[in-house]
Amino acid sequence: MSASGEKLLNLTLQVWRQKTATDGHFETYQAKKISTEQSFLEMLDLVNEDLIAQGKEPIAFDHDCREGICGMCSLMINGEAHGPETGTTTCQLHMRHFKDGDEIVVEPWRARAFPVLRDLVVDRSAFDRIQQAGGYVSVNVGGAPDANAVPVSKKEADLAMDAAACIGCGACVAACPNASAMLYVGAKVSQFRHLPQGKPEAKQRALNMITRADKEGFGSCRNHFECEAACPKEIPRRVMAETFRDFTAAALTRED
Amino acid sequence: MTATTATPATSKKSGVDYPLSDLKLDSKIPAGPLADKWTKHKFESKLVNPANKRKYTVLVVGSGLAGASAASSLAELGYNVHCFAYQDSPRRAHSIAAQGGINAAKNYQNDGDSVFRLFYDTIKGGDFRAREANVHRLAECSRQIIDQCVAQGVPFAREYGGQLANRSFGGAQVSRTFYARGQTGQQLLLGAYSSLNRQIEAGKVKMHNRTVMLDVVLVDGHAKGIVTRDLVTGKIEQWSGDAVLLCTGGYGNVFYLSTNAQGCNVTATYRAYKRGAAFANPCYTQIHPTCIPVHGDQQSKLTLMSESLRNDGRIWVPKKAEDCSKDPSTIPEADRDYYLERRYPAFGNLCPRDIASRAAKVVCDEGRGVGPAVGGERLGVYLDFGKAIADKGKADVEGKYGNLFDMYAKITDEDPYKTPMRIYPAVHYTMGGLWVDYNLMSNVPGLFVLGEANFSDHGANRLGASALMQGLCDGYFVIPSTVAQYLANEKPAKVTTDHAAFTESTEHVTGDIKRLLAIKGKRSPRSFHKALGNIMWDQCGMSRTSEGLKGAIKDIQALRGEFWENVAVTGDADSFNVNLDYAQRVSDFLEFGELMCLDAAHREESCGGHFREEFQTEEGEALRNDEEYAYVAGWLYRGADKTPALAKEPLVYENIKLAQRSYK
Repeated sequence: MSASGEKLLNLTLQVWRQKTATDGHFETYQAKKISTEQSFLEMLDLVNEDLIAQGKEPIAFDHDCREGICGMCSLMINGEAHGPETGTTTCQLHMRHFKDGDEIVVEPWRARAFPVLRDLVVDRSAFDRIQQAGGYVSVNVGGAPDANAVPVSKKEADLAMDAAACIGCGACVAACPNASAMLYVGAKVSQFRHLPQGKPEAKQRALNMITRADKEGFGSCRNHFECEAACPKEIPRRVMAETFRDFTAAALTRED
Repeated sequence: MTATTATPATSKKSGVDYPLSDLKLDSKIPAGPLADKWTKHKFESKLVNPANKRKYTVLVVGSGLAGASAASSLAELGYNVHCFAYQDSPRRAHSIAAQGGINAAKNYQNDGDSVFRLFYDTIKGGDFRAREANVHRLAECSRQIIDQCVAQGVPFAREYGGQLANRSFGGAQVSRTFYARGQTGQQLLLGAYSSLNRQIEAGKVKMHNRTVMLDVVLVDGHAKGIVTRDLVTGKIEQWSGDAVLLCTGGYGNVFYLSTNAQGCNVTATYRAYKRGAAFANPCYTQIHPTCIPVHGDQQSKLTLMSESLRNDGRIWVPKKAEDCSKDPSTIPEADRDYYLERRYPAFGNLCPRDIASRAAKVVCDEGRGVGPAVGGERLGVYLDFGKAIADKGKADVEGKYGNLFDMYAKITDEDPYKTPMRIYPAVHYTMGGLWVDYNLMSNVPGLFVLGEANFSDHGANRLGASALMQGLCDGYFVIPSTVAQYLANEKPAKVTTDHAAFTESTEHVTGDIKRLLAIKGKRSPRSFHKALGNIMWDQCGMSRTSEGLKGAIKDIQALRGEFWENVAVTGDADSFNVNLDYAQRVSDFLEFGELMCLDAAHREESCGGHFREEFQTEEGEALRNDEEYAYVAGWLYRGADKTPALAKEPLVYENIKLAQRSYK
């Protein structure tokens, strides 16, 4: 039982601090008496309490729900997006996965399309703009038919849900050598192409979203699949294959 | 508007003094039979013609289920919308964390459900402290919500034949809850977010991320704008509009530890209250029975385990206190106390949240709690899937709850397939909020309040899977009709930001920020927040007493005094300053906590989530006092050092009989 096995750790952190576009650098902090029951962000909270007590500005990092669903938290931890555990966001990474005396390097997501705003906080608004290019079914409120009017097989609904689990955190981009957003695009394209409601716009959606991703400065996919390995929600790589298929069909048949 | 000729009143038993306001809180409930009210009201409401809609601007604060659905629906109709979110994307609003499901009176299961039954369950679940007309409208709209979400491509769970699947939630004996694995809130929010994105692309919604609202601007008594702070640049900005919609969620973080996201706050609603909006029933808070227990004093948040787990999980503690430290697998059936099944045989493990939470507290207070002792007490009970796994197989349980089991394992490092989960109640939702009438408009004309931020639909206790229903009902279906009713009487773009009221508000906001930065104290905002949370949880949590609440009010005042002398706010006003942002939120909680305690002390009865130890039945159930307290308590701000004034809206029940709730 973990609760009885609580230990205290002393750690050395190398943390990226940045206030302007050009002053980024690492600073070293000691994190002392960190409980193995704490989460990684709770460890950073403690470091920040120390900094405030010294009259210094705390480390800025993005976080909100702290239960692995909002996608706000990020962080490259020792070079891995969301740290060493698979299928885990930084907010759900617990300190029991570290050892006493460890040195931990903490950096922001690194990608041209995600400029650093402050310390470990990056601007991910490019992700929203990709969704704005077509991540929806074009339907207004009112006039929807009864929800059971169109059956959806459990298999297709499950495939849609597997893709829809994406939390939009950006780990896929941070992990990709090309900073490609294809897993993120694919998650939305795949969700809708497996549902009858999303089918009419499926091909155009893939074309529009990929075109927007290119415009935002994300790289193209070269099948490294680092994204799949880093994804805290374990979105499968098949969503990208499905997206490329729709994209190709749309590109070959486009009329403009 | 707050022309208060105060008649001092003293409540007899608790001894808290508060003035009564002569403001009439008019609910504007339409006349006529319950089932016809909404249809009739929509027909009788004024409309804004399509060509004129584009002349109006609506400011929507918050982008959760209520905010995103309202912003996109109004934009679809042709209004110009500005939407504000403190997160870096509207998709991250805390609605996303709702796990279990959304209720709808579809009766797809043929188990006797109906609009009236959902209405009745919700009124009863709320311990008869909600408005009949609002709740009936919610039940009516519930069916359209599911239709709309399916049309948007929300991947709800399906049966093999392709039909939508349902499960059961607390406080209901029918299966009416729709779900998307354990991520229903996420999928519904992403549905609303997708509609919002479509309108952003169309240019009808202008989205402002990483922006907090710090004041509502009133012109001639009407809400005509807001003042915001850009969290990245620190820039204070003014926005004028024809109506303001607050969709800013609940205030559970006043307790420091809760299931809310770290950024959830009371700032928007509290500052609207300081501008004259009535705050209704702030003491009605929901303590959710199934959360992962507290593990230590450095914890920043509590994690919910969905109520849906109570469909198959059985809750128990050992009968004998000496068994509490034993490995649960070694405790024989005969020595286990399935206390919910014992006390409430009709509803068993699916009794409502307030009842399940209090029952857990009772057994732990008796010394029968389980798990490691924190601060000398074992605060936990078992949620056991042993029988479900034996009866239906591990694969079945994994299919329904797999992601919840994974989440539990990640946090606790225990395998819930092998050993029972340990759970304990935690602050989860707040039923109180800004007072609104049937049109969701506060007593400040032009200021509308939607979703968890208002008080309207859940009475003193919210049933599971009803929050998602209310947020979307308000945004997709109610506000498009009721905002038109207001705007039809208002000339468009009446006010611009060069009006003196914007200057006054901006000076007020920047003055507050300067004051905080000038203190240069020693104690962090988090430390104050934690101290406040301890006071609130001990005295205004699962059970409350008159003495405790009076002490809490004094303690909060003292803490607030120290805050304004000794808080450490580093950095400056014109940059990305997380510490300043946090300090502002804590400063509002430090005032709001006192208002909650006042409300809890004034309400000399127990109802739903508000349990006063002095008022209970012989069996330890909540004892209401319908003669004296069947009203909505709307508190009105009167100035920094003055006790707020109470305005009462009587609750009128025409269709159901008030009764003591029974789940036996």
